[in-house]
Amino acid sequence: MPLAAYLLVSLVLFVLGGLGLMIRRNPLVLLMCVELMWNGANLAFVALGRGLEAMSAHVFAFVVITVAAAEVAIGLAILVLVFRGKARQDVDEVNLLGERG
Amino acid sequence: MVLFFLLGSLMAVAGASGVVVARKPVHGVIGMILNFLGLALLYVSLQAEFLAVVQIIVYAGAVMVLFLFVVALLTAHAKPPAMGPSPLRGQGWRAGLVAVLLLTALLPVGVVVPGRAEPWEGDFGGVVRFGQELLTTHLLAFEALALVLMVAVIGVVILVGRPPQRRRGARGEGGS
Repeated sequence: MPLAAYLLVSLVLFVLGGLGLMIRRNPLVLLMCVELMWNGANLAFVALGRGLEAMSAHVFAFVVITVAAAEVAIGLAILVLVFRGKARQDVDEVNLLGERG
Repeated sequence: MVLFFLLGSLMAVAGASGVVVARKPVHGVIGMILNFLGLALLYVSLQAEFLAVVQIIVYAGAVMVLFLFVVALLTAHAKPPAMGPSPLRGQGWRAGLVAVLLLTALLPVGVVVPGRAEPWEGDFGGVVRFGQELLTTHLLAFEALALVLMVAVIGVVILVGRPPQRRRGARGEGGS
């Protein structure tokens, strides 16, 4: 397969993640869309690494996976703190830092 | 090879679309798992066998279980998610426009890349080569990853590890 096909799939995944990030309002879905974008970038890394016969790309992808896992842990902890006890999960309703009024 | 690519990209894109359009977060998690499995297939077709295994174990295993726990914790008593009129007017088509712009901006970069993904040969992508690369050339990144993971774990424990009553009591003492 040509590498451009892999890059096309990675681009589609990245843009789908960005689209979901912009139109969805559920914070859990937003975190999942961020994961989609990480994975799109990762696929580009691995595909180009295969083309260049470079193992460094795999190390970079590994770093991205690890950082994404750490980000998910922290992000979900913050979500639990902010949305615990609320009936709706909607990022538009978070106003903890705003003025009361 | 071609079969792996077609199946993997189909699964990945279908899972991603499922995440974007699913109404319930649980269905989004299922779409996400489909997406990860498709990506693992793509990695296998790119001769990244170790990364494919890591993708399945770390993402489809650990991260998605974490997501499922939080979905169960937060949405147990939740009303069915409202897809009603958004407080932000025109959010949908503006987001679509930005997405299409992003796609057209990045598309020329993707399609002009030369090179092909060759069939499997040698030990490229195996765990031996990967370990050598990670522990010699990129040792600093390895150590930094250890630090990142430790900071993340300690941060999560500090954020949600304490019982709520004690935190409220501490805040009251500080305020008075």
